[in-house]
Amino acid sequence: MLSEYLPIFILMIFALAFASVMVLSNRILGPKKPNPEKLSTYESGMEPIRTARDRFSVKFYLVAMLFIIFDIEIVFLYPWAVTFDKLGVLGYVEMFLFIFVLLVGYFYIIKKGALKWE
Amino acid sequence: MNFYNDLLGISPVLIVSLAGLIVVILEALFKKGETISYFLSIISLILAGLFAIYTYSMYSTAFNGMVAVGGYASFFNFIFCVGALLTILLSKDYLAKRNINYGEFYILVLFATAGMMFLASGVDLIITFLGIELMSISLYVLAAFARTDPKSNEAGLKYLLLGAFATGFLLFGIAFIYGSTTTTNLKVISANFQNYQNDFLFWLGVGLLLVGFSFKVAAVPFHMWAPDVYEGAPTPASGFMSAVSKSAAFGAFVLVFIFGFNGTNEQVRYAIAIISVLSMALGNIIALSQTNIKRMLAYSSIAHAGYILIGLASANELGKQGVLYYSLAYILMQVGAFGVVSIVEREENKALNINDYAGLGHRKPLIGVLMSIFMFSLTGFPPFAGFVGKYYLFASAVQAKMTWLAVAGVLATLVSVYYYLNVVINMYLKEQPAEVLNNPEQEKISISSAFAVLISAIGIFIIGILPTLVTRYFEKLF
Repeated sequence: MLSEYLPIFILMIFALAFASVMVLSNRILGPKKPNPEKLSTYESGMEPIRTARDRFSVKFYLVAMLFIIFDIEIVFLYPWAVTFDKLGVLGYVEMFLFIFVLLVGYFYIIKKGALKWE
Repeated sequence: MNFYNDLLGISPVLIVSLAGLIVVILEALFKKGETISYFLSIISLILAGLFAIYTYSMYSTAFNGMVAVGGYASFFNFIFCVGALLTILLSKDYLAKRNINYGEFYILVLFATAGMMFLASGVDLIITFLGIELMSISLYVLAAFARTDPKSNEAGLKYLLLGAFATGFLLFGIAFIYGSTTTTNLKVISANFQNYQNDFLFWLGVGLLLVGFSFKVAAVPFHMWAPDVYEGAPTPASGFMSAVSKSAAFGAFVLVFIFGFNGTNEQVRYAIAIISVLSMALGNIIALSQTNIKRMLAYSSIAHAGYILIGLASANELGKQGVLYYSLAYILMQVGAFGVVSIVEREENKALNINDYAGLGHRKPLIGVLMSIFMFSLTGFPPFAGFVGKYYLFASAVQAKMTWLAVAGVLATLVSVYYYLNVVINMYLKEQPAEVLNNPEQEKISISSAFAVLISAIGIFIIGILPTLVTRYFEKLF
């Protein structure tokens, strides 16, 4: 039984070795000429304004959490869409039920003002 | 079974989930929707309980063998409805007292109940996992429900972090079992059980599942979270968590370990027996020195997890019946005891010490008598339900040739007599504190809370005197 997992184990060893060899050889062989421009934070070519370790408003987290919940639930629609023609009426109705449950949650969020910024 | 029969089979879950969704909409629509939500939750739970009784004779599985319906599932669905109903009856006045009267409490209780129903009827490990998550996530929020109280926040965060960790164990165990058996269906695993005897990965998965379930039932050494969580959470929610969710976890425990893994093997049963002895010993001994009644009940609930684990360690017919019977008895005793605590509790976490109960039996005779019944039943005095439950569990250990386990259980029970009766002694034999005597209207008791506690006590009495009322439903479970 355990031998069936051997290829995966070899793959993991290979991935680990490959990654560490690449990073280490870069470190050892690569030329090092640091200057202030190179060492500054990369912000798509813009001048960095201040430190990135700043305090964010808690509202960002709320929006992010709500986004992730709905995002992950929507991913469920893709496998459903692919096998849609095989699922028949039952699959159609069940997806409506699923979306209804999501909508109830969405309705609650809006009514409670979780998406209001002020 | 056709589709409509499947739907009828899981009707208790459907009713409770639908009621949860409706309460979500009500809460969104109305500023003061608590009262409607309260009554709707009660009606839906009664309806779900009736449907659980109605579907009892189905004895089958639904949705391609994913969910058990009838028999076993119906029994557990019914007792969860009872537990949730008692919790909701108790919570209305408690929430008003603590100034946290939001209808979201009922939503969470309803969704947690739906999760428990799935948990105790999952014939597929995926459904078990789904149920455990639905239940746990609702309970994490319930624990932190008094959101301005730091203790409640601590409870919620602790429960969330440790619970998520334990879920990882459970899921890892399911993954290993799937890896070695190529199925997550317990019926298929049970039928081919002989083939996995020497499979290392299978037993590794069983071990990880054991860890996950032990966490959910708060058995030593996975009990660390229980006292803090039960102390910080709103009191009716503590009762709900410590009794009803524990029964749900035991329902799944029996399904997975006894029906799915055919009672597992000698070594795993010994491991369960050791967890059981540790839980009984540690829970009871630490409970001796508690002054806060919620913490005392929390440690006692760890000990009770130990008692119920005896039934799983012996893994025979009697043990199975013991687990089922004790689940119901424990829901009634523990929710009732926490109910009395929630009635006596004053705002800002006051009156939670055991010596605050001094003279309660004279001031409030009914509450005193009921609390005494719960304490006697938790100790295991006849004629209350706790005695019959312990009898079944200890007898099952003897029958399984694990007499030492029964002896450990009896010794642990002896230790527990001290701290349970300490409450009774406080209520009847101690002087009443003067400040309470001077303002008697401080201790008002609402009708719904008193009714819930009274129902639990009557239930304990009836199933304690006539255990066959319940046990005759255990003869055919599938």
